[in-house]
Amino acid sequence: MGVRNLSCDVLVVGGGAAGLSAANAAADKGAKVLIVEREGELGGILNQCIHNGFGLHRFGEELTGPEFANKDEVKVEANPSIEVELGCSVLELAHDGDRLRATVSSEALGLAHVSCGAIVLACGCRERTRGQINIAGGRPAGVYTAGSAQKLINVDGALVGKRVVILGSGDIGLIMARRMTWEGAKVLMVCELASEPGGLRRNIQQCLVDNDIPLYLSRTVTQVFGHDRLEAVELADVDPATMRPIPGTEQRVECDTLLLSVGLIPENELAKTIGIKIDRATSGPAVDESLETSVPGIFVAGNELHVHDLADYVSEEGEVAGRNAAEFALGERKAGTADIEVVKGENVGGMTPQHVTGSAEGVTIRFRPRKRIQGAEIRVTSAGELVKRARRMIVVPSEMQTIELSADDMAKVTGPIEVSCTPVANGKKGA
Amino acid sequence: MATETKSFTCVQCPMGCPLTVTLEDGVVKGVTGNTCPRGAKYGAAEATHPERVVTSLVGVVGDHHPVSVKTAGPVPKETVDAVLDQISATEVRLPVHIGDVVVRDVAGTGVDVVCTKSRER
Repeated sequence: MGVRNLSCDVLVVGGGAAGLSAANAAADKGAKVLIVEREGELGGILNQCIHNGFGLHRFGEELTGPEFANKDEVKVEANPSIEVELGCSVLELAHDGDRLRATVSSEALGLAHVSCGAIVLACGCRERTRGQINIAGGRPAGVYTAGSAQKLINVDGALVGKRVVILGSGDIGLIMARRMTWEGAKVLMVCELASEPGGLRRNIQQCLVDNDIPLYLSRTVTQVFGHDRLEAVELADVDPATMRPIPGTEQRVECDTLLLSVGLIPENELAKTIGIKIDRATSGPAVDESLETSVPGIFVAGNELHVHDLADYVSEEGEVAGRNAAEFALGERKAGTADIEVVKGENVGGMTPQHVTGSAEGVTIRFRPRKRIQGAEIRVTSAGELVKRARRMIVVPSEMQTIELSADDMAKVTGPIEVSCTPVANGKKGA
Repeated sequence: MATETKSFTCVQCPMGCPLTVTLEDGVVKGVTGNTCPRGAKYGAAEATHPERVVTSLVGVVGDHHPVSVKTAGPVPKETVDAVLDQISATEVRLPVHIGDVVVRDVAGTGVDVVCTKSRER
C-alpha cells in the first residue's frame, strides 16, 4: 500500500483562531493552502468557549467563541485556494530538499506526505494537569482540567459533576465556575495558590461575585479522597513567602468534582520533531518579527507561540504568520540579514520576538509584565538610547502588553533592543 | 428624600477602581472612586439597572451534542435565573444557523435567545 503524496504552498497545522486567520492571509497573498485539523470541525478551542467577550478589538462587537470562529471559517470555506483536511493529525515535520515535508495521518487519507514551501504552526496550547502540581491521593474519577470539563459540557453535553471545587483562578477556571453553576451544579469555591487572582477582574465579578461563589486566595488542594469517584478534597492555606501549604490548616471539603485551572503551556511536540528552538521564558518557539522560527520557512502564531489572553491578538498573529509564510513559499520574501537580540529588561517576563532580522517593516513586541504596576512606562532602548516609550495606567501579569515599533523607530536601533516596564518616574499616571 | 450609596469594583479594565455610587430616590447623583469616564458610566448602570448577556446551551432533538445560544442583547441581572430556566427547557431541531431565534422574548425581557453556532447535522 503506497503512501499518498499531497502538495501545497503553505501548510497550516491547526484550524483554530490562529490557523484560520493564517490560512486566509496566506491565500490572499496567492498561496495554495492546506489546513490540517485534528478535530472533526474547524474552530479549535473557540468551539467550546460559548461565553461572550470575543472580537471586541477585531470586529468591534462582543461575540461568543463559536461566532468568532465562524467569521474566519466562512472565508476559508469560500476560498478555492484553501483546502481543509479534518480529523487529520500531523505526526512529523522534516526537510525535503529545498522544501518541507509533513507526515500526516487520517481515516480518509491513511498515511500521507505533504510537500510544502512553508508551514504555519498553530497548534495552540495544553493545560497543566494534576500530575504537574503534585496533589496526593488516589486516582478517582471526577478530577478534570477546566478545559476538558468545558469541552465535555459545552460540546458533548455531559455535566461532569454536581458539587464542585475549582483550583486556580485563571480565566478558564472562573468561566467554568459560572458555566457549571448555570448548568445546575453547585460550585463550592475557587481556591488560588497565589495571593492575587489570576483572571480578569471582569470575570471575577461576573462569574464569581454574581453567583455568590467564594474565592479563597493563598489556599490550595493538597489531597484528593475517594476510590471510584472523588468524595472529598483536602485544602490547606499557603504561606505566600514559601508558596507551601501551612501544616495544621488542612480542611476537608466533600465534593464529587475537582476542576484544575492551573496554567497553559504552548504545544510544541510537533515543532520539536524538526528541531525548532524553544524559548524557555514563553515555552514557545523563538521567532523573529515575521514570526519565523529557527527553521527557515516554518512560522508560528497564537497560543503555540505564547499563551494569549485575547483571541483577537491570536488572529492578528495568525495573519502575520500566514502572510509571511505565503511570501516565503512563493519566493517573494525579503530575507532578514540582521540578527538583533531583543532582551527582557526589568519587569518583563515572556516576550516575542526574541530577535529581529529586518525581515519586516516594523516590529510588534508582545510581553507579559512580571508584576502589577499602577502607572507604568514601557521603555524600548537600544545601546542605551531611547527608541520608544509608552505609558499604561496599569499593567498586570494576566494581560499581555503590546508595543509597536515603526520603521522610523527601528532606524534608531544600533544594537540589542531592551524592553522594560517600570513605574513612571515622576509618579504621574499616564493615559 | 432617600439617599443611598452602593459600592462596586469597576470591571472595565484591570485597574479595578473601587466605585461608590450615590443615589437619591433611585437616581444617580454621583460616582466617586473612578479614574476614567468609563468607570462612571459602568458604576451608574450597575447601580440602577445591572445587565448581563446570558450564554448557555439548548438540547438537540435526537442528538446528545447541544447547540450553544446567547441572549441577543443584555438582560436585567435579576432575570438571569428565569432566562436560564427557559433556555434549559428548550430543544431545537437541526439544521440551525447562527442568529436563528430559539426563544422569543425570553422570560418577558423583550430579548430573544439566538443560536451562536451553525449545525447542519
